[in-house]
Amino acid sequence: MTSYAFFGALEQGFAFGLMVLGVYLTFRVLDFPDLTVDGSLPLGAAVSAVAIDAGVHPALSLVLACGAGFLAGAVTGFLNTRLRILHLLASILTMIALYSVNLRIMGRPNLTLLGKPTLVDLFTTASGLPQYLSTPLLFGLVTAFAAVVLIWFLRTELGLALLATGDNPRMIRALGVNTGGTIILGLGLSNALTAMSGALVAQNQGGADVNMGVGTIVAGLASVILGETVFGRRSVARAVLAAILGSLLYRLAIALALGLKLGPFSVTPSDLNLITALLVVLALTAPRMKVKVFS
Amino acid sequence: MRRLLLVILAALLWAAPCLAQDKVRHVSVTQIVEHPSLDAMRLGFLDRLKALGLKVEPSVHIAQGNMATNVQIASQVQGENPDLILAITTPSAQAVVQKIKDKPIVFTGVTDPLAAGLVKSLSAPGGNVTGMTDMSPMDRHVALIKECVPGIKRLGVLYNAGEPNSVVLVNLLKDECAKAGVALEEATAANSAAVYQAAKSLVGRVDAVYVPVDNTVVSALEGAIKVCEQNRLPFFSGDTDSVARGTVAALAVDYRKMGEQTADMAAAILKDGKKPGEMPVETIRDLALHVNKGAAARMGLTLPESVLKRADKIIP
Repeated sequence: MTSYAFFGALEQGFAFGLMVLGVYLTFRVLDFPDLTVDGSLPLGAAVSAVAIDAGVHPALSLVLACGAGFLAGAVTGFLNTRLRILHLLASILTMIALYSVNLRIMGRPNLTLLGKPTLVDLFTTASGLPQYLSTPLLFGLVTAFAAVVLIWFLRTELGLALLATGDNPRMIRALGVNTGGTIILGLGLSNALTAMSGALVAQNQGGADVNMGVGTIVAGLASVILGETVFGRRSVARAVLAAILGSLLYRLAIALALGLKLGPFSVTPSDLNLITALLVVLALTAPRMKVKVFS
Repeated sequence: MRRLLLVILAALLWAAPCLAQDKVRHVSVTQIVEHPSLDAMRLGFLDRLKALGLKVEPSVHIAQGNMATNVQIASQVQGENPDLILAITTPSAQAVVQKIKDKPIVFTGVTDPLAAGLVKSLSAPGGNVTGMTDMSPMDRHVALIKECVPGIKRLGVLYNAGEPNSVVLVNLLKDECAKAGVALEEATAANSAAVYQAAKSLVGRVDAVYVPVDNTVVSALEGAIKVCEQNRLPFFSGDTDSVARGTVAALAVDYRKMGEQTADMAAAILKDGKKPGEMPVETIRDLALHVNKGAAARMGLTLPESVLKRADKIIP
């Protein structure tokens, strides 16, 4: 793997790390399989791109993207807790609705950011580093900041209520906590993180595209589980770090798959998804194999 | 004397790679998804470079429709340090243009390079980028439909509103239909599973159906063909490959030829040292007219002699 490919994988790993933190929050903390992310990732990208296009500072556009993502998550939460729609279905409904919403926001399916000021450009100029180094650094800093805030939040009283909502909803209701409220809050935060991830990805990719959310949940779940397997999740802080690590490992697996020499009689570019899946399976089972071998 | 010989030998060895005509060029290809038209462009491109006498070592990357992988491919390509990059489709081109500023990038299969932000202007792109647009000549498409279906009042268009290229094409189609005095009815399908139903929604509302170069609809074309055959609606497409599958006719870009023309642009950069930023964005030189007589009959249409006479390919 070349250094460009390596740093490119880190950069994608960090950019999607925010989304993986969101998936961790719903899937592990709330025990809520949330497919909204497939729609809230392009939602964040769309909001950020439209804002930058209108002259808003790219950093401020991230805040706007977060707000939009929070609303999207809250809609799923509302459908589930207030209208009593099954969690999986509620999130799918929001996801498909967001496709149309995103087209409306952008007014077209692909909004370019090439030639517009983005965080990536601003940070590259400010840091004086080449772009292939500055981008992973920038995204790493943003993700680290989000992780610290998330860990802090999960230790507050509200955060503990959120953790308890996933662990034992009956007990926490008996203690007088409104679990409907905590579920809506949790989904909102999760999708705010995902939308921010989408905004970063769009600024890095050179534009927002309405189809960029496809497969987000797959990458998110794979990353969360990969991180847990390799790094464990004994405490909240450890699980949060594991989620980010999982995101990095997932993208490194894709970089490895992309870097394989492709000849006419060996693997072809169409095998990429299969090879990536095999590499992830390998990463998932390797730690267990090690335990078996050494015990 | 021996020393002198050694020096000369060393100089020759050093100069040899520069003198040799068959220097190997590394071309990195990035493509968003596998699709007959896109693959035809890629193969046409690589074959033509070879035919032009260039020794090319390609490395092909296909993102399997995944935008995250698409960006990672851009990093991968950067690491390969190629002599030239071929970017097939809009998102693939956007990702490499965003990342790579010091290598020539040639794009192809991009409908609207200006809106995609790839070039500053079509005549002088600027920077390290140039390429080809596959913008369909909508005026000629509408003229062909009018010629085949005289007295047409309403035309239905079937497309995915989520595909950037299709939206551009449909906007163009609106203008051309307005000029031609034909009303346009739209039916959109967000994914291939929705194509059949979208086609059905046009029945009774239109005299003929048209599908632009739209990945979603074209991938599920058979459903739409079935609806048009059952309801005797002539079905036209924006690409020639679909004619073989059962649309009536298309006057379109031959994607293999388009790849070949893109290769000519690449050769001008690799061999003649032309600067991409100074090479105007090109459109396809010659269009191909394909017609399908059987499909026309099943859809209740007799193709006029004038069309049959100038067809490049007639499918019985």
